[in-house]
Amino acid sequence: MSDPPGQPVEELDQNAGRDAPPSGPSGWGELRAQLQEWRAAVDGALPPWWPRAMAVIAIAFAIVLPFFFSLDSDFMNATIIAVAYAVMSLGLNIVVGFAGLLDLGYVAFYALGAYSLGWFGSDFFFKAHIHVLVSKVASTLPGIHLNFILILIAAALICALAGMLIGLPTLRLRGDYIAIVTLAFGEIIAVVAVNGQSVQLGGGMTLTAGNLGISAVDSPYFPGVGMFNELNLRPWYWLILGVMLFVLFVNLRLRDSRLGRAWIALREDEVAAVSMGIPLVRTKLMAYSMGAAFGGMAGAFFGTYFTVVNADQFQFGFSIFILSMVIIGGLGSIWGAVAGGLLLGYINYYLIPHVLNTLPSKFGLNFQLTEIEFGIYGFLLVMMMILRPQGLIPERRRRLELTAKVGVAQSERELAEPSAYDTTGVNE
Amino acid sequence: MRVDHVVKEFGGLVAVDDVSLDVPQHSIVSLIGPNGAGKTTLFNMLTGLYKPTSGRVLLGKRDITHKRPDIITSLGVARTFQNIRLFGAMTAVENVVVGRHVRMRAGLFGSVLRLPSVRREERAVRERARELLAYVGLRESAFDLLAAQLPYGDQRRVEIARALASEPTLLLLDEPTAGMNPNESAALTSFMRKLRRELELTILLIEHDMKVVMDVSERVTVLDHGHKIAEGPPEEVRADPRVIEAYLGTPQS
Repeated sequence: MSDPPGQPVEELDQNAGRDAPPSGPSGWGELRAQLQEWRAAVDGALPPWWPRAMAVIAIAFAIVLPFFFSLDSDFMNATIIAVAYAVMSLGLNIVVGFAGLLDLGYVAFYALGAYSLGWFGSDFFFKAHIHVLVSKVASTLPGIHLNFILILIAAALICALAGMLIGLPTLRLRGDYIAIVTLAFGEIIAVVAVNGQSVQLGGGMTLTAGNLGISAVDSPYFPGVGMFNELNLRPWYWLILGVMLFVLFVNLRLRDSRLGRAWIALREDEVAAVSMGIPLVRTKLMAYSMGAAFGGMAGAFFGTYFTVVNADQFQFGFSIFILSMVIIGGLGSIWGAVAGGLLLGYINYYLIPHVLNTLPSKFGLNFQLTEIEFGIYGFLLVMMMILRPQGLIPERRRRLELTAKVGVAQSERELAEPSAYDTTGVNE
Repeated sequence: MRVDHVVKEFGGLVAVDDVSLDVPQHSIVSLIGPNGAGKTTLFNMLTGLYKPTSGRVLLGKRDITHKRPDIITSLGVARTFQNIRLFGAMTAVENVVVGRHVRMRAGLFGSVLRLPSVRREERAVRERARELLAYVGLRESAFDLLAAQLPYGDQRRVEIARALASEPTLLLLDEPTAGMNPNESAALTSFMRKLRRELELTILLIEHDMKVVMDVSERVTVLDHGHKIAEGPPEEVRADPRVIEAYLGTPQS
């Protein structure tokens, strides 16, 4: 923050003293200020290509990561799921974080994405015989068998369309009411998934397989790589990493674009945004369908990775789980969404079941940690809200807002100066 | 712009009742009246936020009565708000860039691929935003501060710059001098004249400060309880007994 030189420093200190909690240790504020100063100094000293270099290093590290672990380790399994969660979290962040539309039915797009995989990558529609770019084995089977990349695209398109349809009735609503409508849609999709086994499509084929699940779904197959299998998790990892990087790239590009700014403007003040010429319907539906498309891609991946598309996977709790990732990461923050997705993915699939699960028994307690995992998430969320409400990696804007104390002090000074609308000195 | 027998009812309440209004090109017209007279409601109808119950709004020869707000903005109407409505979490520059939304072309795929045309547009728009902020008199050190961090007077400037970014032909200002001292109001008055002269704007403003109204406007329209009670040059309106009555009440004889 630029502080004009020669301004009295006491004024700022007084401000800080007044805003700090009276009971807190007085060293905290100083320490924090010192840290911020250092951080600013470090930021200033780094060359402009630094962020790009960091990104390249991070991506390179992510690509070679599997070589440090065995082919089918639990850690790789957890990593794959965590990365897929990050994709979902990035998708939901567009709707909730950028556009400010609280969506509690995100599980609907998990379901639709997974069913896209079930429909187009198994023998579920056994009357059809459609095969596009699949393995030799799959091309002899009945049903629709598309290459996984085509299924990803199909899932994204189907979900984008569904996202628009779900978005339409919420357009006239605001705030909490949007949450209720989207929640209802999430539940509707879940119920349709269960009862879809009674929806006859002719020839003995049904819409879904309900709680029996569509199983024996195709594993991804690429010429030269062969068919993916559960003994070697590395190809799965690289596949979902590629999807995640793609989604991340789209997010980063959109954030600083005309569309991204329109979303944030709508979030900040809908009336002003509309008066400034932002088309309400199109912009909101765009947010819904983009978020849905990414959720659908992750859903299709989960479908093939878990080798089954089962109606009981699509619970309301899943929507909340993804929303927690977005919030823990930092609402509206792209890197936060990635961090939140990875963190909760690892906690859920690695830390609790594989590292800490037997911890209670070491203290002579007769339960396993997996039994109280939702309690743990709840605890984490509450701690997060108390200690760091802006999230792990807050959005740049929110960070500015939270460090805005200097700006406020400045504005109080300037309000006293009668200078507004002084046209002198302007290029007349 | 022409407003033709416009009526707006909210349930049983008639907020604006059969108001007609003419805003000739390149003129500065003021809309005055006591609180609750329906001035802002009328503004909201002109910008498409409200749909009139009956009547028409014409921009040039075009009927914009039932057009969406974003379409009306693209046709050249921009506005500011009575209680400043900036996008608080965006910087001053970004606020102005959003104001330019309707004059930009970048689409979804162009933005993701960052095509050369999109890149060029983005750079030009940011440059233009800085020019506009300088034009309304914001100091350069404030350009990249969040709007919410700016002092009140600067927020008003940014709001005008944001409205100008859409290249309007008609600018609607809703109580632009609210909260200003006499010096600031006088400066704004001359700024409005400058806007008309340099940007060839037509300005319609809602104003309570009679000094500003008398000083700047060619015509004044007075609303009271949703009715138009007077219209004409400032001196004439000031002398109109019905206006005096609306503002001061009936004189006791």
